Amino acid sequence: MQILGAGLGLKPEHYTDACACVADGLWFEVHPENYMVGGGPRLDWLEAVGAQHPLSLHGVSLSLAADCAPDETHLQRLKALAERVRPALISEHLAWSSWRGNYHPDLLPFPRTTAALRRIAANIERTQEMLGQRIAIENPSHYLRFEQHQWDEIDFLAELSQRTGCGLLLDVNNVQVSAHNLGFDAAAYLRRFPAAPIMEVHLAGHSQDDASSLLIDTHDAPVDAAVWALYRQLIERIGPRPTLIERDDELPAFETLLAERTRAQQVLDEVRSWQ
Amino acid sequence: MSGSLAAFQDAFVAALTDAPDSSAGEVAELVAQPGFAVYRNTLSKGCVDALRANFPAVERLVGEAWFAAAATLYAREMLPRSGPLLEYGEDFPAFLQGFEPARELPYLSGVALLDRLWLEAFSAVEQPVLALAALATHTPQQLARQTLVPRAALRWRWFVELPVYSIWSCTREQREVPPTLVWQGEGVLLSRSAGRIGWQPLERGGCTFLDACAAGRSLEQAAELALAVQPQLDFNDLLGRLLAAGAFAALVPTTQSTLRKPS
Repeated sequence: MQILGAGLGLKPEHYTDACACVADGLWFEVHPENYMVGGGPRLDWLEAVGAQHPLSLHGVSLSLAADCAPDETHLQRLKALAERVRPALISEHLAWSSWRGNYHPDLLPFPRTTAALRRIAANIERTQEMLGQRIAIENPSHYLRFEQHQWDEIDFLAELSQRTGCGLLLDVNNVQVSAHNLGFDAAAYLRRFPAAPIMEVHLAGHSQDDASSLLIDTHDAPVDAAVWALYRQLIERIGPRPTLIERDDELPAFETLLAERTRAQQVLDEVRSWQ
Repeated sequence: MSGSLAAFQDAFVAALTDAPDSSAGEVAELVAQPGFAVYRNTLSKGCVDALRANFPAVERLVGEAWFAAAATLYAREMLPRSGPLLEYGEDFPAFLQGFEPARELPYLSGVALLDRLWLEAFSAVEQPVLALAALATHTPQQLARQTLVPRAALRWRWFVELPVYSIWSCTREQREVPPTLVWQGEGVLLSRSAGRIGWQPLERGGCTFLDACAAGRSLEQAAELALAVQPQLDFNDLLGRLLAAGAFAALVPTTQSTLRKPS
């Protein structure tokens, strides 16, 4: 199997560039929801990119933290897509979005209680059983302080990994955004994050809301300098991991994204050369 | 204990969607924080962006601001049902039909419907295209008792009163709607072949013919129905155009149930 180095989020505007691009360790990630179709050009493009590069399916709507089982139809559609494109990685978020028949296109927060932990562990197990594959769970961006948390986020994620065998997806930008918004130390958080279960790392840009002074996880800007610094420290500690440059809005030229991706690859190569 | 997470989620969603009496209990202190607005905004933006992507001709006709206002109101009434947002907006054409500010634009709902049909053609399962040669192996008598099966990636619609196809196609092709536009009914055929969605006008009889094919009628019955709504229809010409557009997936023997019940 190919070693996954630094990858890029794939957008329809860049299909042709992505197919043609050659770089060691390059892979592409998509939201599976955009490809859960019967057929047609989108799926054809994804398969064409998949014929050239490893793919990752990064779900946004499985709603694992909802207090109900994952939607069976959605799981079946995800499974059908996974069987079609054979992704190297499948991931989801520690969040909820679908509730009582409605989908809220966002990653919603919840109180980290022991009851929530049990529910989410069961939902992850159901998903892994359905897919026949280990999935990675991502730490979300936070904007709200909860009095009701019984669990620290890192302990919660580590316990989920312990109970279900799932991997973790560590989003460094989300840590930076949450640290700013909730007032904790991002570097200390990253130092404490368990290394072994990390299957993938995300890097992205954010923006600042002037009215509230909150950082927002907008994915509409280049990766921030502080996030690059945190990323380097993280990789130096845990070793190379598949790393993704995420960009969902204000999409620049493919070459611009590729340059950010090269920067991440250089960090991975440098750290690998020490080992 | 598990019930408390569900109760939290009920209360959070109620606050997120501004349901009356929603800011009670533990969620109230979350709503009071500046960060709660981030979730409200992301939810609204997510819905509006999805509708914008799914209804490009509508947005081009009414402009960004008008579209965003209408889409925001629609999203308040109707959230997406699931994650694949390509499917969001099923009821948007009907919403525009009853939307007071759209009263001056009676064709807008039809334009939205065509955007929607385009998406359906775009994402339908792949199927082989029935070639003209497949028909040539049958005698006319045999053919009359066969059914043409429309491809999954084929869509058609007859608009009784308005030139919706002309307005929609000009908008999608980024052309000005010609001032010579005749305000009368029009039909449209959308067909995907080799990964591209093509469109062309389709007469009333053609739409009726395809409706009958989709309902499983024999070629003979479908042709009769088409000629009944449009006596001057050149049926051979219609069939030639449909085959050239890759309209059909298969030619199958008509089942007895549909043979006995011509409408």
